[in-house]
Amino acid sequence: MTTAEEILIDPVLERVRTGIEAFDDLVMGGLPRGRTTIVGGTPGSGKTVFATQFLAHGITVLDEPGVFVTFEESPVEIEVNMASFGWDIRRWRENNKLVFVDASPRDHDQMIVGHFDLSGLLTRVLHAARNAAAKRIVLDSVTQLFDHFVAEQTSVRRELLRIATALKREGLTVLMTAERNSEYGEISRHRIEEFVADNVVILRNALDRERRRRTIEVLKMRGSRHVEGEVPITLVVKQGIVAVPLSSLRLEQQSSTTRVTSGNPELDRMCGGGFFRDSVTLVSGATGTGKTLLVTNFLAGGAAAGERALLVGYEESRGQLFRNARGWGVDFEAMEADGRLKVVCIYPEAQNLPDHLLMVRELVEEFKPDRIAIDSLSALERIAPETGFREFLISLTSFIKKHEIAGLCTATNKSLVGGQSASEQHISTLTDSIILLRYIQDRDFMHRGIMVLKMRGSEHDKQIRRFTIDGAGMHLGQPFDGAPDVFGDSAASLR
Amino acid sequence: MSVSDRSSPGANGLLRLYIAGDAPGAHRALANRLRIMEELAGEVEIQVVDVLAHPDEAERTGILATPTLSDESTTPPRRLIGDISNIAQVLDYFGYRKKDSGYDHS
Repeated sequence: MTTAEEILIDPVLERVRTGIEAFDDLVMGGLPRGRTTIVGGTPGSGKTVFATQFLAHGITVLDEPGVFVTFEESPVEIEVNMASFGWDIRRWRENNKLVFVDASPRDHDQMIVGHFDLSGLLTRVLHAARNAAAKRIVLDSVTQLFDHFVAEQTSVRRELLRIATALKREGLTVLMTAERNSEYGEISRHRIEEFVADNVVILRNALDRERRRRTIEVLKMRGSRHVEGEVPITLVVKQGIVAVPLSSLRLEQQSSTTRVTSGNPELDRMCGGGFFRDSVTLVSGATGTGKTLLVTNFLAGGAAAGERALLVGYEESRGQLFRNARGWGVDFEAMEADGRLKVVCIYPEAQNLPDHLLMVRELVEEFKPDRIAIDSLSALERIAPETGFREFLISLTSFIKKHEIAGLCTATNKSLVGGQSASEQHISTLTDSIILLRYIQDRDFMHRGIMVLKMRGSEHDKQIRRFTIDGAGMHLGQPFDGAPDVFGDSAASLR
Repeated sequence: MSVSDRSSPGANGLLRLYIAGDAPGAHRALANRLRIMEELAGEVEIQVVDVLAHPDEAERTGILATPTLSDESTTPPRRLIGDISNIAQVLDYFGYRKKDSGYDHS
């Protein structure tokens, strides 16, 4: 009895990496070896992908052969369906690295009279495992097994437990998928998790404001710790499931004291000498206040200093951005030709937020920029539920800082004259610096005003400065005499 | 044998009984196998397949449950799962008549 309990709380359970990096982090390195994990999800939530990836990582990276017991699709269907993720299942089968047990429904008439067990299945599974010298085994999905013997639920439960026990005894790490009827209802149909699982993982594919939001959640890990809560995931061609890690797990960024230019010497002075190398700055303002101009300066200033700059545009086309820049005396074309600049424009609606994040990550890894501008975050906010957007911002800002890149993001105020947008509220705590651009009324004249609201780790100019925009860019002028209310509306501005 | 005969159950007089080693269910099924063959007085042969000894055969035919009595001469196969203790039901399912019923099976 005590020994059994000791095993259960053994803190150094050996881990089996799934190959889904951020997921392995959630479960302290991988699934515990020799245990049974249930992966539950509604149809289309990615259970088979998760299961196949688990086997693929074992086969291709760690030389751990696997067995795939399929109760639903035929082996050939799985081969075809999983090919887009870059998994060459046919070759693995030929090399005996993967052995299928085909328990998919076959065409036969069947009737049940009297007692039976599933020794046929168990024998086939064990035979396949020994045949391949398997370390990992997938049963996809066990719910189908219940459906196959629909009037015999008790027998199937008993037999499934017998199978799970036998597989454990062989030292196999078992992954069973199970179907769910709803995203936030009971854990699985037939409550499979209650009698057979050491660990429970849930995949979700929830509809949120007309958009699909995929997440993974570790619900239970018997005898060991795990990170709680849902983590966004996405399905990527040639890769499989990619979990998008939340930065809150790793607050490890170093704070740099190196300053880089904002591209505008006067603004640099307001900021106490420029932006920090690994900081993210938010430029917030209504439409037409000069956000894109600041972005253009930021990119040009970097290129002039010999840096590489990346611009991800969500609002304007390349043509518009290049024309704007030319209007302010900046030649994006020449900068791109020199390899100092890369401009990528994409509609926010083209993909989900996790995919946007992955795209930025891939661009950064490929182009290796020293600075990055994102114009604008508000456009991205359109396509996302609030929680998803906050997660996205956390991931994005931490990624930028971790790579010691200077980041500049813009946010558009809905109101022309002050007030805060939701993205401002989210991002204001996540960014290191905030620059406000505002329309400020002075009697019968509308000025533009700029102020540095926050500059983490540095002194900065607290004044609200006038500025003008002309063919040479932005020019900062004198501070306002009165006290304009940059947060309120213009009616309460200068008298 | 014409093509239409393929749907005629037990047309070739051969059934297969899949069992798993010497499980209690296997013993009952084997005993019942003898009773059935006796009832039909040589009209049917029931071949025994032990899945523990022949897992490849179970894989090929897609057997999950044991015992299973299967008529593989038909398309698709007809299968009876369980320890086949109700002989009359078994005969009926596979379309056989008892010898003493006076029905001439040929």
